[in-house]
Amino acid sequence: MTDALTIKAPAGARALPRINSSAIVMTIYLVFLLLPIYWLLNMSLKTNQEILSTFSLWPRDLTFANYMTILTDSSWYMGYVNSLIYVVINTVISITVALPAAYAFSRYSFMGDKHLFFWLLTNRMAPPAVFALPFFQLYSSVGLFDTHIAVALAHCLFNVPLAVWILEGFMRGVPKEIDETAYLDGYSFGRFFTRIFMPLIASGIGVTAFFCFMFSWVELLLSRTLTSVNAKPIAATMTRTVSASGLDWGVLAAAGVLTIVPGALVIYFVRNYIAKGFALGRV
Amino acid sequence: MEKTVNQKAWLLVLPVLVLVAFSAVIPLMTVVNYSVQDTFGNNKFFWAGLEWFDEMLHSERMWNALGRQLLFSAIILAIEVPLGILVALSMPKRGFWASVCLVLMALPLLIPWNVVGTIWQIFGRVDIGLLGYTLENLGIPYNYTQHLFAAWATVIVMDVWHWTSLVALLAYAGLQSIPDAYYQAAKIDQASRWSVFRYIELPKMQGVLMIAILLRFMDSFMIYTEPFVVTGGGPGNSTTFLSIDLVKMALGQFDLGPAAAFSIMYFLVILLICWVFYTVMTNLEKRDGVS
Repeated sequence: MTDALTIKAPAGARALPRINSSAIVMTIYLVFLLLPIYWLLNMSLKTNQEILSTFSLWPRDLTFANYMTILTDSSWYMGYVNSLIYVVINTVISITVALPAAYAFSRYSFMGDKHLFFWLLTNRMAPPAVFALPFFQLYSSVGLFDTHIAVALAHCLFNVPLAVWILEGFMRGVPKEIDETAYLDGYSFGRFFTRIFMPLIASGIGVTAFFCFMFSWVELLLSRTLTSVNAKPIAATMTRTVSASGLDWGVLAAAGVLTIVPGALVIYFVRNYIAKGFALGRV
Repeated sequence: MEKTVNQKAWLLVLPVLVLVAFSAVIPLMTVVNYSVQDTFGNNKFFWAGLEWFDEMLHSERMWNALGRQLLFSAIILAIEVPLGILVALSMPKRGFWASVCLVLMALPLLIPWNVVGTIWQIFGRVDIGLLGYTLENLGIPYNYTQHLFAAWATVIVMDVWHWTSLVALLAYAGLQSIPDAYYQAAKIDQASRWSVFRYIELPKMQGVLMIAILLRFMDSFMIYTEPFVVTGGGPGNSTTFLSIDLVKMALGQFDLGPAAAFSIMYFLVILLICWVFYTVMTNLEKRDGVS
């Protein structure tokens, strides 16, 4: 390996300027992306006293006290639990109802299918701010206010259309002959769908689940409007702390870091599908 | 793919229809209901016709918010699209570093929106934030809670930080679909770097770039959480965008009628853009054939 490198060196030198400019752009961009995140991490590992008294690029006095505060105080960690509960409920609901619908859109044409598909898209694009007040009243009147299911249902507004669009994008890649062969072999629709079709698009389902999870996780406006105590999401817990005391920067930063963790953990597995997911199954 | 005509497919779509109707149609009808009525409290409503729409159409507050919104969307598109293309072109094509870049770039996209706000709120503070502290020590006056320019700059840089990766990832996906043969042909013709970009890469990226632009426009048009956390719409009303204004009106002041009329006009604008988006998507699929 080292031999090959030394021999290649002169040739590499000539191609150097172009490669370098790309690498420089990329490095600058990544530094720009990571610097604010690093700063948050940095703050979360400092004591409040250090944050406010000295300005340092790295924690001089490394402490995990901020994380301990969050993980031992139930009003903090319940925020994460609440968020996770409604996010998971939402993901399950979205995938379950979206699977058959996406199959119908990808395989059959029926009356009004194009209009229906477009109407779903408009819901993904609808500003949550428009829906905040009516949601609040609707869920209050049916007695679902401040429950996990209310937030999960509200997030279906944009996650179900998203799931249908992404899944449809994956399903159209499966040749129709497979369906027809299965029906000829005497499979019923239900058996074919669960035994043959779903394993075929397993990666698609995984990616869709990831995106439902993510969009439900990052949303704040609706989840904050629909909850007060019992189902209060971590995002709302954080904003309350900012406005109330506005002083506990260390804990705030630690809470922020902990909200980044779930996404960062699974991102590696979906890295090649991220563009497809954000473009609603197209690309 | 040839699709068979089958009306029974409606049965498969039914669950989605019911669910989305519950979470979209009912609330939307509530909004329509409020927009044509007035109230003196006690849940007594009476017909107000198009009064609220008339009022909102002549309301300086809404036009100002709309103006700020359009300016904001225009600025971030003008920065994010070229920057995203540049980054996509600079990314390694394959191998270990391509994965590293993909993962790191996607990171800001997965951060809860209010945490994005918090990150920049901390990062920009003059006393404890790296950015604010550095600028202050360089002698540049910077305070995003008081100076109009600083507030706008912060909100824009934050959005660029948050969403440029989306444009870059989509453009990168477009670049990946270009066969190597194209580049080889260009090499034989001794094409310059610029003409490779102009005549090979840009046309191939056209479709995904359209999607990226529309998505960014749409999402920036309903931006709420990030500027709300950082500036709270201030200083004054200078960063109060449409959604922030609407939430203030509806949940803050409980001005149901005007807020509802506002919502409906807002929604109609979105519907229009959405239709453009859908047309672009379907044309794209027709042109490329079925993937």
